[in-house]
Amino acid sequence: MAQNIWTICKKEFKSYFNSPAAYIILTLFLLLCGWFFFSDFFIVNQANLRGLFGIAPFIFMFFAPAITMRLIAEEKRAGTIEVLVTLPIKDSEIILGKFLAAFFLLSIAVLLTVFYPLTLSGSGNFDFGSIFGGYLGLILTGCCFLSVGLFSSSLTQNQIVAFILGFVIIFTLMLLDKVLFFFPGILGSVFQYLSVSYHSSNLARGVIDSRDLIYYFSIVFFFLLLAVKAMESRRWR
Amino acid sequence: MIKVKNLTKKYGELKAVDNVSFEVKTGEVLGFLGPNGAGKTTTMRVITCYMPSTSGTVEIDGQNIIDHSLDIRKKIGYLPENAPLYPDMNVVDYLYFILGLREVSKTLYQKRLKEIIEICGLGSVTHKDIGELSKGFRQRVGLAQAMIHQPEILILDEPTLGLDPNQIVEIRNLIKDLGKEKTVILSTHILPEVEATCDRVLIINEGKIVADGTPEQLQSGFEGKERIYLEIKSQEDVSNKLKNLPEVEQVEVISSDDDQIKKLNIECKKGVDLREKIFNFSVENKWIILEMKREVKRLEDIFRLLTQSN
Repeated sequence: MAQNIWTICKKEFKSYFNSPAAYIILTLFLLLCGWFFFSDFFIVNQANLRGLFGIAPFIFMFFAPAITMRLIAEEKRAGTIEVLVTLPIKDSEIILGKFLAAFFLLSIAVLLTVFYPLTLSGSGNFDFGSIFGGYLGLILTGCCFLSVGLFSSSLTQNQIVAFILGFVIIFTLMLLDKVLFFFPGILGSVFQYLSVSYHSSNLARGVIDSRDLIYYFSIVFFFLLLAVKAMESRRWR
Repeated sequence: MIKVKNLTKKYGELKAVDNVSFEVKTGEVLGFLGPNGAGKTTTMRVITCYMPSTSGTVEIDGQNIIDHSLDIRKKIGYLPENAPLYPDMNVVDYLYFILGLREVSKTLYQKRLKEIIEICGLGSVTHKDIGELSKGFRQRVGLAQAMIHQPEILILDEPTLGLDPNQIVEIRNLIKDLGKEKTVILSTHILPEVEATCDRVLIINEGKIVADGTPEQLQSGFEGKERIYLEIKSQEDVSNKLKNLPEVEQVEVISSDDDQIKKLNIECKKGVDLREKIFNFSVENKWIILEMKREVKRLEDIFRLLTQSN
């Protein structure tokens, strides 16, 4: 079980670096984050990463579906899915392996930004607790978007369709708490709870709340489950 | 043993496979023959658990493929049509990847890899990216993928597609060797391939089985008449005289040119060998036989007969 997931994960992770994809993604991500971090860092004159954590989910909105769009859609287009699913492995192992590979790539991107606060740690008093919380939130938000992207990749054999579909779903999740005033009462609070930005803003402040963690884990689980079901739909009669 | 019972697969309204039943014994090499779109690939996809049938069952060693999908997939090596592969991986990495997902113990990796590279003739391309390989090499990598875990059952969809004549002979011999202990199902529309490799042939047309038997059985079953090709040098009216021979049913003149060479097709009842009589008759008449050949109805003709009429 774990062996199969690991084999698939390794293969997918390597293939990110066999093509320019990973390098482009990492470079662009670092450039964007660097720009958002430093553009007002010295103006605000505060040693924190609020700016970075606030903007990163919006950068992920584009990057997460870009990382995942290839994972299943390309297998379907090239026909390699036929070899993969006739091997003695479960569909859930395929999905988890691919998700993990995307997760590692994203984690590398996120961890590379650690150099920004590290290089500036002498210039002020960083609150490393809140930075840790922020990073945790960033990675969880990333996971959540990756699972959405993987799900949309499993629906189509066209990478562009997978990207756009993933983007639209993520965009909806991000936007839900911006339109709350249209939905008063209970519906409003449901939408607020479902919105990613509501939970990510909590974590961006450095508050690690179990409610937010549960939210993230259930979103990731939900979309990965959908992706597995989409793979299994092949076997429906 | 593979048991396929009343297998039907519909794509929307289209019946790709229509109520097909057959059995494959262990150690048998079964050839699926049929024109494009006859349902060969679909049948294979059902057997390999890639997609389910609309109705009907497939059992392998008594296990239903839907209930025991994982166990059955362990036993099968499958080469899909066109050998789909990852172009950005190199050959060795790809084979390691497949080994990792097959239940092969790690201590055997090196041995299996060496063997399969040897068998499939991949020695010269082990560290090349698959995307850079020619069609023939890709097909061989696909074969290596299907055989690397030494499966009991091999299902090969057009295994010799895109190979050059030398490689085709190698692969056919390989399949024949494997077929001694293993069950092999292969599909093709190259007829000599079936004659060269298969113990049994299934001809499929429009989703239905139209013929089932050994290549020899099929040939003998469909020979309506014996046919002899004859080339004779003589000035006489050869064809009319031959027609008067008791067992000759029909004489067809293919060509007769001025320098007295006459080319003829002689037909007679099945099971009768007229060659001796024709020879003696010619000697009596002092005709000179330049060529005489008994023509065997080939699988090709049978195939056309069965699949073209509809």
